Amino acid sequence: MKDKILLAHGSGGKLGHELVEKGFLKAFANPLLAKLDDSAVFDLSGRLAFTTDSYVVSPIFFPGGDIGKLAVCGTVNDLAMSGAKPLYLSLSFIIEEGLPQGELNQIVSSVRKAAQEAGAEVITGDTKVVHRGSADKLFINTAGIGIIPEGVDISGGNAGPGDKVILSGSIGDHGIAVLSQREGLSFSTQLESDCAPLGSLVAEMLKASLNIHCLRDPTRGGLATTLNELAKQSKVSIRIEEEKVPVREEVLAACEMLGFDPLYVANEGKLVAIVPAKDADKVLKAMRENHYGKGAAIIGEVKAEYPGRVVMKTCLGSSRIIDMLVGDMLPRIC
Amino acid sequence: MKFITEFRSSELAEGLISQIHRKSKTSARFMEFCGGHTVTIFRYGIRRVLPSTIDMVSGPGCPICVTANADLDKAIALAQIPEVIIATFGDMLKVPGSHSSLQEVKANGADVRMVYSTMDALKIAEDNPGKSVVFLGIGFETTAPTIAASILQAEENGIKNYYVLSLHKLCPPVIRAILDSGEVKLHGLICPGHVSAIIGSHPWEFIAQDYGIPCVVSGFEPLDILQCVNMLVAQIENGESKVEIAYRRGVRPEGNQQALKLMEEVFETCPAEWRGIGEVPDSGLKVRKEYQPFDAEVAFDIDPGSPYEPEGCICGDILRGVKTPLDCWLFGKVCTPESPVGPCMVSSEGSCSAYYLYGGDFEG
Repeated sequence: MKDKILLAHGSGGKLGHELVEKGFLKAFANPLLAKLDDSAVFDLSGRLAFTTDSYVVSPIFFPGGDIGKLAVCGTVNDLAMSGAKPLYLSLSFIIEEGLPQGELNQIVSSVRKAAQEAGAEVITGDTKVVHRGSADKLFINTAGIGIIPEGVDISGGNAGPGDKVILSGSIGDHGIAVLSQREGLSFSTQLESDCAPLGSLVAEMLKASLNIHCLRDPTRGGLATTLNELAKQSKVSIRIEEEKVPVREEVLAACEMLGFDPLYVANEGKLVAIVPAKDADKVLKAMRENHYGKGAAIIGEVKAEYPGRVVMKTCLGSSRIIDMLVGDMLPRIC
Repeated sequence: MKFITEFRSSELAEGLISQIHRKSKTSARFMEFCGGHTVTIFRYGIRRVLPSTIDMVSGPGCPICVTANADLDKAIALAQIPEVIIATFGDMLKVPGSHSSLQEVKANGADVRMVYSTMDALKIAEDNPGKSVVFLGIGFETTAPTIAASILQAEENGIKNYYVLSLHKLCPPVIRAILDSGEVKLHGLICPGHVSAIIGSHPWEFIAQDYGIPCVVSGFEPLDILQCVNMLVAQIENGESKVEIAYRRGVRPEGNQQALKLMEEVFETCPAEWRGIGEVPDSGLKVRKEYQPFDAEVAFDIDPGSPYEPEGCICGDILRGVKTPLDCWLFGKVCTPESPVGPCMVSSEGSCSAYYLYGGDFEG
């Protein structure tokens, strides 16, 4: 194998076949992919969830993960936020010529590990190589299919007055971990991205209660943006308490230094759940028993008045509005 | 000590708030000069926990907000000169000048780069020897020393394609101008923390002595502000007017001598135009003759045309503390962070942005 990806790897010739066979087929070994037909063919029945996403994070390797792990986690998490169990993934690589083969191998191996943990299979894919400068090292596009268990009805529009708002752990870890590696900004931190597949956490939560009203992962735009989306979609207000929202000391310090508000910093392994008050403790307990929900906490509740608004009680006992993220706080973190 | 969570403790806050309520008998209006303080005050809802005797107004301490359109136009014109790279702190990108913004000219092909430090700008100059790199020197006494240091570094390393457009402004002279105008009656001043870290607390003495107004230098956490208000209230109730420092972990009375020396070496004072306030003598910094090769004003022939102020925008009145964003009919309707009309809505330290983002008008 060549030590760098060349334009020829994407031209459909011998080098391309070598890349597929020695790289992807071996890593993602499964019968649907191995057929190498133009499309993967399979049977499914039930209510399905279908999602797509693209990943352009810079740098492509960051503390706690890389673009491959991020692509799988992001996609299966979107499925999980509908309550779906992730089954199949598609993966398209857009590679800038000159990407070291070793880096690609490392990313493919991260994809394999993350998909394995999530219980999903990569069953179709594509590779394109573009001229230097036409992409930034590597972009990944994905799609995912999952199946929704009987009795589950989760949507951003389902929140109702009296419901409790649960957050699965500390916020801002991913955004700050990626930012710490940026050229011109790099600062030293022990912090790692929280990037993780949340399917198992959601499955445990659904075992505790099928009545979960909303689930959403606060990725770009952070917790503040997610809560605003839910408040608007459900035409309710959401009231949270600043002191209940877990934020690591390192994230707080980095945010102070850079002038960010952790409420707007991205996460890749956290979720917000809105559940009926009577089920809140059960769901919280189930979350805390899962590795990815150990830091879960009830951070607030849903109210009827001021629909569409998110209000936070500050540490001084006063309250303020929390608006959506305006513009671009952190470029390309996912 | 971690320096953050301790200064956000709700128990300590409760204690300070009740002390303020107990002490405060006389009606008083305090101005927080600094935009950073404005943000803390809104982010933590501090106005709502203070007794009705205390009225708070925001001052002109947001460097981007007070930059006159004529100066913004210069920066935008520079960006459009071929082979010029503009290096700037990020907040400047979206600020509308008379006809355009740096963000817009960047989209049209100008080379405008966001940096986090002046030394990054210097590196861009080193990496692009065929181009001219202009750093937009916008800020108060806080940023001026590092920009002075970059000029000295450029000289030492023989970097000949690095320039600074110095639009720096100095805080004590503009406070004197505001007090002399008599437009706002103030009974206390929350002095800027980071500016004071450089200049110390002595430069505020004239406010306490000549105008009889209590001054307290504050930090940027909610407890800092509450402590500062508490000290101002104490001075008022005791009939005193002196300069005190509530931000002892950051500020010494004599300031940072090394930083002041750097500033003095590279810059000299000059009159400066402040948005909404007009020309204030000795309130600007220009590059000294000895360092003229690094002065963008001298190196480039800039003709941005005559400035134009957006109709209806009252940023100027807001910066003087005469009006609040809620007095502006554009606020929240025409002027929002997504499509700002005036600079106070763009800068993260601007009053309009703080009112908008943190719901300054929200009573729920």
